[in-house]
Amino acid sequence: MITIKGLRKDFGPRTVLDNIHLELPSGRATGIVGPNGSGKTTTIKALLGLVKPTEGAIYIDGESVQGQWQYRQNIGYMPQTARYPENMSVNELFEFISEVRGNPTDNKAKLIEYFDLEPELDKRMRTLSGGTRQKVGAVLAMMFDPRILIFDEPTAGLDPRASVQFKKLVHREKEAGKTILLTSHIMSEIEELADYLIFIVEGRIRYHGPMKELIEKQKEQRLEEAVAKMMEEVTA
Amino acid sequence: MKTLTILKYQWKDLFRGKWIIGYGLIYLLVADAMIRFGGTGPKAMLSIANVMLLLIPLVGMIYGALYLYQSREFTELLLAQPLNRRTLFWGLFGGVAMPLALAFSLGVGLPMLYSGIIATSPIVSVLLVLVLGNVLTLLFTGLGFWLALAFFNDRIKGLGFALVSWLFLAILYDGLVLLTIVTFGDYPIEKPMLALALINPIDLARITVLLNFDVSALMGYTGAVFSRFFGSMLGMSVAAGCLMIWLGLPLWRSVQLFKKKDF
Amino acid sequence: MRAFLNIAALILWMVSQVQLVSARQLTVAPNGPVSSVKEGIALASSGDTLVLKEGHYDEYDITVDKPLTIIGEGQVVIDGNRKGFVLVITADDVTVKNIEVRHASTSFMEDYAGILVENTNNTVIENVTLTDNFFGIYLAKSSNALIKDNHITASGGRETSSGNGIHLWYSKDIDIQGNYVEGHRDGLYFEFVEGATISGNVSEHNIRYGIHFMYSDNCRYEGNTFRDNGGGVAVMYTQNVEIINNRFEDNWGSSAYGMLLKEINRSQIEGNEFVNNSVGLYIEATSRNSIKKNSFRQNGWAIKLMANSTDNRFTENNFIANSFEISTNSRQNYNAFDNNYWSQYEGYDLDKDGIGDVPHRPVRLFSIIVEKHPPSLLLLRSLLIDILDAAEKFMPVLTPETLIDSQPKMTKIL
Repeated sequence: MITIKGLRKDFGPRTVLDNIHLELPSGRATGIVGPNGSGKTTTIKALLGLVKPTEGAIYIDGESVQGQWQYRQNIGYMPQTARYPENMSVNELFEFISEVRGNPTDNKAKLIEYFDLEPELDKRMRTLSGGTRQKVGAVLAMMFDPRILIFDEPTAGLDPRASVQFKKLVHREKEAGKTILLTSHIMSEIEELADYLIFIVEGRIRYHGPMKELIEKQKEQRLEEAVAKMMEEVTA
Repeated sequence: MKTLTILKYQWKDLFRGKWIIGYGLIYLLVADAMIRFGGTGPKAMLSIANVMLLLIPLVGMIYGALYLYQSREFTELLLAQPLNRRTLFWGLFGGVAMPLALAFSLGVGLPMLYSGIIATSPIVSVLLVLVLGNVLTLLFTGLGFWLALAFFNDRIKGLGFALVSWLFLAILYDGLVLLTIVTFGDYPIEKPMLALALINPIDLARITVLLNFDVSALMGYTGAVFSRFFGSMLGMSVAAGCLMIWLGLPLWRSVQLFKKKDF
Repeated sequence: MRAFLNIAALILWMVSQVQLVSARQLTVAPNGPVSSVKEGIALASSGDTLVLKEGHYDEYDITVDKPLTIIGEGQVVIDGNRKGFVLVITADDVTVKNIEVRHASTSFMEDYAGILVENTNNTVIENVTLTDNFFGIYLAKSSNALIKDNHITASGGRETSSGNGIHLWYSKDIDIQGNYVEGHRDGLYFEFVEGATISGNVSEHNIRYGIHFMYSDNCRYEGNTFRDNGGGVAVMYTQNVEIINNRFEDNWGSSAYGMLLKEINRSQIEGNEFVNNSVGLYIEATSRNSIKKNSFRQNGWAIKLMANSTDNRFTENNFIANSFEISTNSRQNYNAFDNNYWSQYEGYDLDKDGIGDVPHRPVRLFSIIVEKHPPSLLLLRSLLIDILDAAEKFMPVLTPETLIDSQPKMTKIL
């Protein structure tokens, strides 16, 4: 269970997140949607401790994450734009992170095989294509089999085949009881993967609840249309 | 333990870049030339000290800042891992400062060893050059980190400030001190001048070198303030103390900034 | 046969009588029949030898007024207990050897000395230890003396409560060699002395000068060491001195010089070592001297040359690792420098003849700045200062244009 209470974040004079209250139940997949610059990535970074909240607190299983770092042991994170040490080879990167986290599982080999990464293992990170980098990111996020998985625009650079592969994998993780948080611009993807929906505009939560309820409330067939309608309401 | 893991991978990465080896080679060439042409006397040590006073602050600050900018990916990757920010900071700092210090020590130390100067020079001079070089490396790499963290999203600004800081500390500051001395020469200004010199870490290091190589000149100064200061252990202790403060301050500020920083 | 025996006995008796007259030996011992030095001297006649047996003699103002040889055997101490002079030699041909003289009196009025030698000829003072006397050995109006291998120490704190180790005044042809002087006001003091030779002495840790030398023409000092004296060494108002192969070291202070030369003319200063002094050689109003083959190492200033000095010639000297090589107080220069080795020389030798192709300017701009504004000394070895110096070397504006070595050596002169 992830609980966010009164979260507020200012970057200088700009308020990026304002009075966010959230409860993300365990074992569910939650999708965050919203326009560009609405604060989706900042919310995720606050959860990871990459961004320090101006106000408010975040609790995981009832424990505040303020100033803590051990809780990240339970989190796998795949960032939006994956940036890695350019001179490291893929294998070195995996080994390095394994040494830092110190709890390697047999997931690693399976994941490498799943994403066809074997031929890339000895290549330097800087020589990899955007898609391959994303795959490396996906492996890094899941190779330790953490309880919580966070994906920030995970399929942005993936080709359709890899994208399908990835989504399949997320489904499997969800069924295995993982708590999943993901952002995406592609509504069909959210619809496919998430049960819960958070809709953020300009740093405020506009909707938080089961996805089905939203679609029913907006009297639409698909999520994309429901969200578009909601955006219009907000700007009006 | 995790700091060590980070250090290991950083060093691998750094030595692969070969830049650091070039840096060590510069010292090797300079020290070798100084010893070859300057003889085994104090002149060689003094020349090495002069080069060190110039080069280390420049390289330390610029490279310290540059390194932090370049490790941004590395930093962001690691911050999402179960790692203390403090651990990560020391990993990053040690990852660049220690190889720089090692390159300096080897570059200067090897020619001293194979030329035999290490046996013929007073051990104090050899130690002074080596220890001061290492302290300066840590100090100015720390300053570079500080600047890079203060201007984390604006590399041009950060590097510009590093370069300007070096110019200011190495040359302009002394120009201001000289102007002050010339302007207020009729007043008892020894104490304020001494204080001014202790504020600037490059001057501080320079005075430490003077205390070793030019003490006969310093003792020839007509004022009692200088001879009392330089003639006793007081001078050395105060200079060493101030250097330690200078070593601690940028690192302490950097840790504070690093802990609060949003990535 | 009897007559022969008688004659033989007579000759023997006569021989023994002659020996008694020419070199009788008297013994003084603390518990013997003659128990004081004064008593011994009174009993002795000219030419006698007085042997002092091991022991402590509490006596002062002992006047040696006839030609005697006074020799100590074992540990002989004559202690003046600060009541006056200890030994006063007023006769010619007196020799004093192997004793220790202690505690002459201290005074503001009178120059009390461990051994005072006054108006005499042919005095020898050898292997005497002088401990804590106001003055050590004091020679006045004497000639042909030999002062050799004495050990003279004092622990006087201030200039006024301490006299000189070896003090010479109006004396002639004196030989001073192998002495050690420490802790006095001036280690050696010369005033109106002629033809003295000072060799192989060590004078160190004295309150004022290692040697203080005035109005003393035609003297020579050679192979001495002057170390860590308050003001170094001062040689003044003298002509024709030879200062050869001495060592001047560790003299630190704002008015401490390896050697100060003031109004010295037509003299030779050769083969000396000036090491680790605030100022190696300070030269003022001094002319027509040859300064040759000396070494100046690690001094604050190797040479301070005042502009009222002219026609001095500096050749084949080594200037190594000094903070400043030469400083002066004027843009004028009437002295010549050539064939010296300067470790601060930055020129080159393209024709490989061992002599730099461009002249060396040993006076840095910075030395002039420091002369005018002493606190700027703090900026020594600053990059800023190096830049200023380089600019001045390129286009001299403030430094003396003619003070150059146009034939600087590329390597050290051995």
